[in-house]
Amino acid sequence: MKNKRRLEEFLVTVLMRLATFIVVGSLLIVLGIVVAKGIPALTLSMITQSSSGGFYMGGGGGILNAIVGSMYLVAASITLAFLIGLPVALYLNEYAGRSKMADFVRLCLDVLYGVPSIVYGAFAFTLMLLIGARASLLWGIITVTLLVIPIMIRGIDEVIRTVPSRVREASYSLGATRLETAFKVITRQVLPGIVTTVLLALGRGIGDAASVLLTAGYSDSIPTSLNSPVATLPLAIFFQLGTPYPQAQERAYASAIILLGLIVMLSVATRVSTGRFSKFVIK
Amino acid sequence: MCDLTKFLSAIHHVLSEGVMNRQVRNALASGVMRSITVLVTMFIFVMILVLFIKSAPLLATKSIAELLFSSSWHPSVDQFGFYPFIIGTLAVTSLAMLIALPICFLTAIYVAEYATGRIRGLVNSMIDLLAGVPSVVIGMWGVITIVPLVRMVGEFVGATTTGYSILAGGIVLAIMVFPSIISVSQEVLRAVPASMREASFALGATKWETVKYVVVRKSLAGIVAAMILGFSRAFGETIAVLMVVGNVARVPSSLFDPGYPLPALIANNYENVMSMPLYSSALLFAALILLLVVATFTVLGRIVLIRLRRRSI
Repeated sequence: MKNKRRLEEFLVTVLMRLATFIVVGSLLIVLGIVVAKGIPALTLSMITQSSSGGFYMGGGGGILNAIVGSMYLVAASITLAFLIGLPVALYLNEYAGRSKMADFVRLCLDVLYGVPSIVYGAFAFTLMLLIGARASLLWGIITVTLLVIPIMIRGIDEVIRTVPSRVREASYSLGATRLETAFKVITRQVLPGIVTTVLLALGRGIGDAASVLLTAGYSDSIPTSLNSPVATLPLAIFFQLGTPYPQAQERAYASAIILLGLIVMLSVATRVSTGRFSKFVIK
Repeated sequence: MCDLTKFLSAIHHVLSEGVMNRQVRNALASGVMRSITVLVTMFIFVMILVLFIKSAPLLATKSIAELLFSSSWHPSVDQFGFYPFIIGTLAVTSLAMLIALPICFLTAIYVAEYATGRIRGLVNSMIDLLAGVPSVVIGMWGVITIVPLVRMVGEFVGATTTGYSILAGGIVLAIMVFPSIISVSQEVLRAVPASMREASFALGATKWETVKYVVVRKSLAGIVAAMILGFSRAFGETIAVLMVVGNVARVPSSLFDPGYPLPALIANNYENVMSMPLYSSALLFAALILLLVVATFTVLGRIVLIRLRRRSI
């Protein structure tokens, strides 16, 4: 009897270790294979030159246009989403309190969070055609902004929820209004959390291909205005892989390394900056 | 980074040096913030409405049942049967969940209950990293490794396959939903109070017995919610699946057959639709189906989680 229980314990532990190994292993295999495949094609010209006319047939050039395009797109979208998201998150916590309305807003945001990015793309594409506009940096920005707004709000909302009510009460007792408390006390208190959320949204925004596939257009040159079409890194990878030319495909692997590198840099930045922004936090 | 502090101090400046009375400012800001909140909340309904209006021309030609259960997909003669795509989506998603659920469940228990602090930190940062890998990169990896693997296995068991198949899509998608299911399950498991575990140990239960009869039973609803949310995440994943699943508009009859999920349908055909109004309506109807299914699942999952949180407080 006792042995049977021990055996079960042992078997289950082995299974759990195996499962964890599979999860961690699949990450390592994905990264390992992508890096191994991409390194040979990774040249300096990949990140210093824009694509030439025949780039997707194996011709010369790089993906500077896509790197810069992704940066423009994501920087603008994240800024917009932050400007919209911060007031909403503050409103939910500092004004709406524990009301039915706040619960409903959160539920709607959760639904938005789950909406597939291709649906955002299709929606923005429809609006774009409705107005008679063409795929451009501007519409790419609009699409990605819509995509990251729920991530931004729910992220900031979750960190604001962790602020103990005594911080709020101390501010009120000094005669501060809700608005002053919200922006001068609460926002500073959760600054590290806000930075983490912003970088999380950045990661999601920079890696998404499906949403901007329909609205950003694609171009071999760096966009010069909001109305010019723009290339992004994920789309560059997607299109390079889609060509029948082995040389272009190899460069897709190299582009993936560049994209992964950007994302790793972002996550390192998250770790580092969380510490730096905690100087305003009242303990 | 620096801009953020500048921005905050600018807000600070406006708030402290402005010309208005403090109370007026407070009331005004409250109104503005409420309007933004209402707008953001309405967005989901606007999206549903716009997609619905745009699907209306298609819905006017045939009944919903006919559209959903017809297999005849011939856009050039205005025949839009979504059955192959719906089956494709369901097949890939279900397969992914079948692979992912046991693995995620065991991993979450291991990390939350068994692992030491250091291993937990390590595994969790790996999972976060996996969550950050863009879908196009995972799709690319699928094309390099999973597709040839499936082709080999297919030849071995005697199925004719190119490797681009439901099976390849399911495997790639399973890896993509690992992080979200594991994170939510872990959170739910950790919410079980330590005193309950201790009570079980005091009765002589082994660690696994405690997990099985106490921890998992207590957090069952939450784990179900994690699964539902994972399912809805998998349902709409586009690029990675599109790259490995084959995209043939036929009802798949085996795991080695290619499939054509709804998101891939939208992504592959948007370019051709501008000249054909009914075709464009059909693609937006596909988007509407995705949106409504995902919304239903999210609401279900959240309701379970909210109930659970209320009960535990």
